[in-house]
Amino acid sequence: MSDITAPAYRVIPIIPALKPGAMEGKGPFVASGKINEAIGFPGQLVEDWHDRAIAKMGELLSKYRSLKVYMDACVHCGACSDKCHYFIGTQDPKNMPVARQDLMRSVYRRYFTLPGKLFPKLVGARDLTREVLDEWYNYFHQCSECRRCSVFCPYGIDTAEVTMAAREILDSIGYGQKYSNEIIGKVHKIGNNLGLPGPALGDTLEGLEEDVKDATGFDVRFPIDVKGAEVLLITPSADFFAEPHIDSLIGYAKVFHATGTSWTLSSMASEAGNFGMFIGNYEQLRKIALRIREAALELGVKRIVVGECGHAWRVAYSFWNTLTGVGDGADPNDKFAQMLQKQLDHRYKQPMHICEFTWDLIERNALSFDKEANDKHIITFHDSCNVARGSRMGDFAGGQFDIPRNIIKAVANNFVEMSPETIRERTFCCGGGGGVLTDDLMELRVKGALPRMEVLQQVVDEHGVNFMATICAICKAQFTKMMPIYGFDRRMVGGVHQLVSNAIKLGKE
Amino acid sequence: MASAFFAVLFYLATLAFVVGLLYRINVYARTPAPLKIPTTPAPTTRGGVVLRMAREVVLFESLFKANLWIWSMGWLFHASLALVLLRHLRYFTEPVWGWVALIQPFGLYAGFTMLLGLCGLWVRRLFVERIRYISTPSDHLMLVLLIAIAVSGLLMQFAVHTDVIAVKSFFLGLMRFDIQPLPADVLLAVHLLLVLLLLAIFPFSKLLHAPGVFFSPSRNQADDPREKRHLSGWAKQLESESDK
Repeated sequence: MSDITAPAYRVIPIIPALKPGAMEGKGPFVASGKINEAIGFPGQLVEDWHDRAIAKMGELLSKYRSLKVYMDACVHCGACSDKCHYFIGTQDPKNMPVARQDLMRSVYRRYFTLPGKLFPKLVGARDLTREVLDEWYNYFHQCSECRRCSVFCPYGIDTAEVTMAAREILDSIGYGQKYSNEIIGKVHKIGNNLGLPGPALGDTLEGLEEDVKDATGFDVRFPIDVKGAEVLLITPSADFFAEPHIDSLIGYAKVFHATGTSWTLSSMASEAGNFGMFIGNYEQLRKIALRIREAALELGVKRIVVGECGHAWRVAYSFWNTLTGVGDGADPNDKFAQMLQKQLDHRYKQPMHICEFTWDLIERNALSFDKEANDKHIITFHDSCNVARGSRMGDFAGGQFDIPRNIIKAVANNFVEMSPETIRERTFCCGGGGGVLTDDLMELRVKGALPRMEVLQQVVDEHGVNFMATICAICKAQFTKMMPIYGFDRRMVGGVHQLVSNAIKLGKE
Repeated sequence: MASAFFAVLFYLATLAFVVGLLYRINVYARTPAPLKIPTTPAPTTRGGVVLRMAREVVLFESLFKANLWIWSMGWLFHASLALVLLRHLRYFTEPVWGWVALIQPFGLYAGFTMLLGLCGLWVRRLFVERIRYISTPSDHLMLVLLIAIAVSGLLMQFAVHTDVIAVKSFFLGLMRFDIQPLPADVLLAVHLLLVLLLLAIFPFSKLLHAPGVFFSPSRNQADDPREKRHLSGWAKQLESESDK
C-alpha cells in the first residue's frame, strides 16, 4: 500500500493517451462463501454461471427500463469518454464510461439482439466467456457509480445503472465483492456498516457528551432510542467514531441543542449508508432501508433528518419514499406508506437533509454564529457525487449546491470555489464511492482522486485554501487517506457541520 | 420490372421500420422504471421535464456541455437531415404543401451541410484515439451509409439529374398501391437502395437512440420523489408479499 504514489498532475488538463490493460486484474477481493451466503447469494461461482448470468440479464432488462434503453441507445459518440475520474487517473480505456458499458453491451448484443446473433463481429458482440466475466468483475468494480458521465450523455445514459446491473448479475452467480457484501452482512446483523454494537454505541455517545461539555461548558446531548422524540437522525455510522466525521456529528447535536429540538438516534437504524444500492440489488436496498421505517414507527418520531452522507442522501431523498414510505404523497389506499406518512409532520420535508435543517434555522435567524472562529480556515467545497447528481435539497433544482455553500458562508468568512468545470453537477467523485472504499482497491482510489486533487492544488496555490468541506462520509474517509499521498495535510478535509460546530453560539455565556 | 422490385422492397422496408420501431417503443414503454433516477439538478415538474427533453432533442444540450466538436458536427448533421427529409416530402405530396415549397432552397443546400457534419464525425471516429477505440465496424459503416446516401442524392441534384417528375409519380403511386415506372438511373437506384437499407436496419441498430432518448429515465423523470410516492408494478408486489 505504501508503495502507491500519486500520479503526476497533468500540466495542461488534456485528455490522457490510452494505456490499454493498465488496470487489468486490479479489481477488488472476491467475497468468500460465508459472506455471500449470509446475504442470500450463492457462496461460490456456480457451475452453470453462464446460463444463469444470461437469464439474470434478461430478467433485469425486463425489470429496469433504464438498463434496456441504455443498452440500445448508445451511438458511441464519445461524449462521455473523457469524463470519468478513473479513466483520467488510470488511462485504461476500459475505464471510459462508454467502454465500461460496452463490456455489458457487447454481451447484450450477442444474446438479445438480432444483429448480434447474426453478425457478432460487425456490431461488436461477444459471447459471455470466463474471460469476459472476469473483465466484468474487474472493471465494474472500478466504477464509483458517480453519474458524471450521465450529465454529458446526449441520451442521459447512466453508467451507474449498468454497473449496478452487472454487480447484481455477478452476485446472483456467486461472484460478489468482499467489501460491499461483508458490509451488507454487518448492517443486517448488527445495525450499521462498521459493526458497532448497541452498547458500544451508547458508550461512545456518552463519551461525546463529556467531551463536548469539557470543550464548551454546555450539556449537549446525544440521545439514542428515545421514544416520542420529534426528530430521528439517521447518519452514517462513521460519524460515531471516525475522524473527521465525528466533528460533524457534534455539529448536528449543537444545532439541535441550540434550538431546543428534541431528537434521537436509533440503535436499530444506526446507519444511513445503504450498500444495497452499490450492488444494484433492489431487495437488499429495500431491506436495509426498511430499518429506518421500523425505527421511525417504533420511536413515533415526527421528522426524519439525514446526516452528511452522499449515497445515503441519494437513497433517502430519491428512494426512501418508494422503498419505505418515508416521504409524502402516497395514495390514500396505500396502507403501507400511509401508516408512516400519517405519523410524520408534513409541514417539513420528509426526509430532510441536515443541511436543509440547519439552513432553514439560519434563514429564520434561529441560530447565531461567531464566524471568526473559522477564520483560521480558507474553505472550499467539494460537491459529493451522489448529492450533486442523484438528489436535491430545498425547493428548487440545484438547492443541493447552494444550501451547503450558504451554510459555509453563514458560519465562516473565507470561502473560495474550485474550478467551475469540477463543481456542482460537474463535480468529480472523490475516487472512493460506490463500494470501492477498500484497501484492496488503493491504486484505483489514488488514481481516481487525481482530478479533484489537481483543482484543489490550484486553489491552494492561488488562494491558500486549507480546508475542503464536504458532506459525505465516504468523501471524508477517502480524502483523509488521499491527502497525505498528494502532499496535503490529512486534516484538510472535514464536514460542513464541523464548521457549524466551530462557530455556533450555544447560549448566553 | 425494376419498378416492381423497388416497390416491393419499399413496402417491406417500411413494414420492418414501422413494425420494428413500434415493437421497440412498446417494449420501452412497458418496461417499468422502479426507482426515481433523474440526473439532477432536474426539473421538479412535468412541464419542466418537457422543456428539458425539448432542449435535449432540439439543441443537444448535454452534448453541448460535453464536447463542442461532437456537438457542432452532430447537430449540423441532424438539423440538416431534418431539413433534407422535410424537403423530400415534395415527392410524396400533390400539390406540394406551401411550407415544403418554402424550405426547398434550404433543403437543397442542407445536403451539403449534412455531408459536412457526417465527415466531421467520421474524422473524429477515425483519428481520435479514444473514439477509434470504442468504434465497432458497424459504427463506421453507419457513417459510410449515411455519407453514401447524401453523396448520391447531391449528385442527382447537382450533377447527373434524374427525372424527378417520374420519381414523384412512382412514390405517389406507391402510396396508392399503383406501381408507376421508376427512371432507370444508376444513381437513383443506389440512393433508393441505401435508403431502404437504412429504413430496414433502423429498429435493430444504434439508430434506436432516436426513440430511446424519450424513454431515458435520467432525462424524462421529474425530480419529485419526496412529494409523490413512485411505485412500479413489481416493486409493489414485494410490498404485498412482506407487508410490514
